[in-house]
Amino acid sequence: MTTFFEPRQLVSPGTLLAEGNYQSGFNVYREGGKYYSSMVGLADIRNNVISVIPLRGCYIPQPGDVVIGKVVECISTAWMLDIRSPYQGVLFASEFLSKPLNPLKEEARRYLDIGEMVIATVMAFDRTRNPSLTARDHGLGKIHRGTVIDVDFTRVPRIIGKKGSMITMLKKETGAQILVGQNGRVWISGKSRDEEAIIAEAIRKIEAEAHTTGLTDRVREFLVNKRR
Amino acid sequence: MSESKIERLISEDGIRCDGRRLDEIRPIKFQLGVLKNTDGSAYVEWGRTKILVGVMGPRESHPKHLALSDKARVEAYYRMASFSVEEWKSPAPSRREVELSKVIREALEPAIFVEFFPRTSIDIFIEVLQADGSTRCASISAASLALVDAGIPMRDLVASIAVGKVEGKLVLDVQDKEDKAGESDMPMAYMPSKNAVTLLQMDGQITHDEFLQSIELLKKGCIEVYKKQKEAIESHFKGAVSNEEEA
Repeated sequence: MTTFFEPRQLVSPGTLLAEGNYQSGFNVYREGGKYYSSMVGLADIRNNVISVIPLRGCYIPQPGDVVIGKVVECISTAWMLDIRSPYQGVLFASEFLSKPLNPLKEEARRYLDIGEMVIATVMAFDRTRNPSLTARDHGLGKIHRGTVIDVDFTRVPRIIGKKGSMITMLKKETGAQILVGQNGRVWISGKSRDEEAIIAEAIRKIEAEAHTTGLTDRVREFLVNKRR
Repeated sequence: MSESKIERLISEDGIRCDGRRLDEIRPIKFQLGVLKNTDGSAYVEWGRTKILVGVMGPRESHPKHLALSDKARVEAYYRMASFSVEEWKSPAPSRREVELSKVIREALEPAIFVEFFPRTSIDIFIEVLQADGSTRCASISAASLALVDAGIPMRDLVASIAVGKVEGKLVLDVQDKEDKAGESDMPMAYMPSKNAVTLLQMDGQITHDEFLQSIELLKKGCIEVYKKQKEAIESHFKGAVSNEEEA
């Protein structure tokens, strides 16, 4: 039972992390009783589980995640959504509309057209079929107003912050509605376009300076200065 | 007699025509994240060899009928720029380029966890800007860094280097001049922490003993390249090490 890393040490694929009786978490693989990193990131151990917090990578859907998708294809009773993942999300009409959609009488495009944005949750995903989404819960559905920006998916935890500290501060300072999709898309709905642009700029700042301390305070200062 | 001395590639005291010792590699400089429109990219200057690599993916496989149901499809596209060699190279893909694309793909695929992304494809675009020998080795080494930059899970980095036989002596990291005049050339790609060879080719003629010596020399060279790759990763991501406050 030995580990070969300091907590939060930068590791790259193939780095030997530990040997012995551990469990492998995210981005760690086991071979012959040894644990190796499979990704560039920061190594971490919690309750005997070794994992690597990734610094680069793409979004892989997980059931329960709230994501923001962009309609790229309309088929008779479903929509295909780009969710910034290797796999497109499928949103069936029954998971979006409150009434059944008869493809003989009306087109799916009437309700949701190509290019429109939807907030949805992932229902199921197992990599053999595309992730199925649902937008029938509270707070989900088509986006009618506001701005949607793309951010690096590995920065999503930072934008939310420890126990939601960053996102709470952003909402409190600006009074805007902000939703961070797990897939690296952020929806901002403020009082005006200018207001939304300022928040978007603040989020870009968080993205760029994700690894620095005291970021929450600096972003608050940034917002106060910008909105004066 | 004195004219022929100038032609020699290795001097009496074992110094090569560019001043290296027999087992010395050229100066290598890797850089990650050089291209904006790719998911991951890397650039390498390996002596006078200069190569740019871009990785796209994992993304939806197109055309769809080529998608594999149990793993990602890895595709490498090795291309030499027309100005990369002394004589103008025709921009049409040559037999050599098609072959090298296949060889590079097969050297990298064992390192990638392809089974994590069924039905997708990972494309590796390799552009040789300036060629001075060992372009396949430099391509493989740089491509594995581009894959790391794209955040694709891998078993290990793939390091690669070549050994040649020049004037009866084994030399590490062959350059163009030595490759053309030498008796043999043997590139190898290697995953050091797995002690696994993913590519081994040879042309020319060497004895069995020389082959065994070459393998030792290749492993030593690959580990040196591996160190450079790790240094490049560290310097590119070092800003991330300090103080992450996450949810």
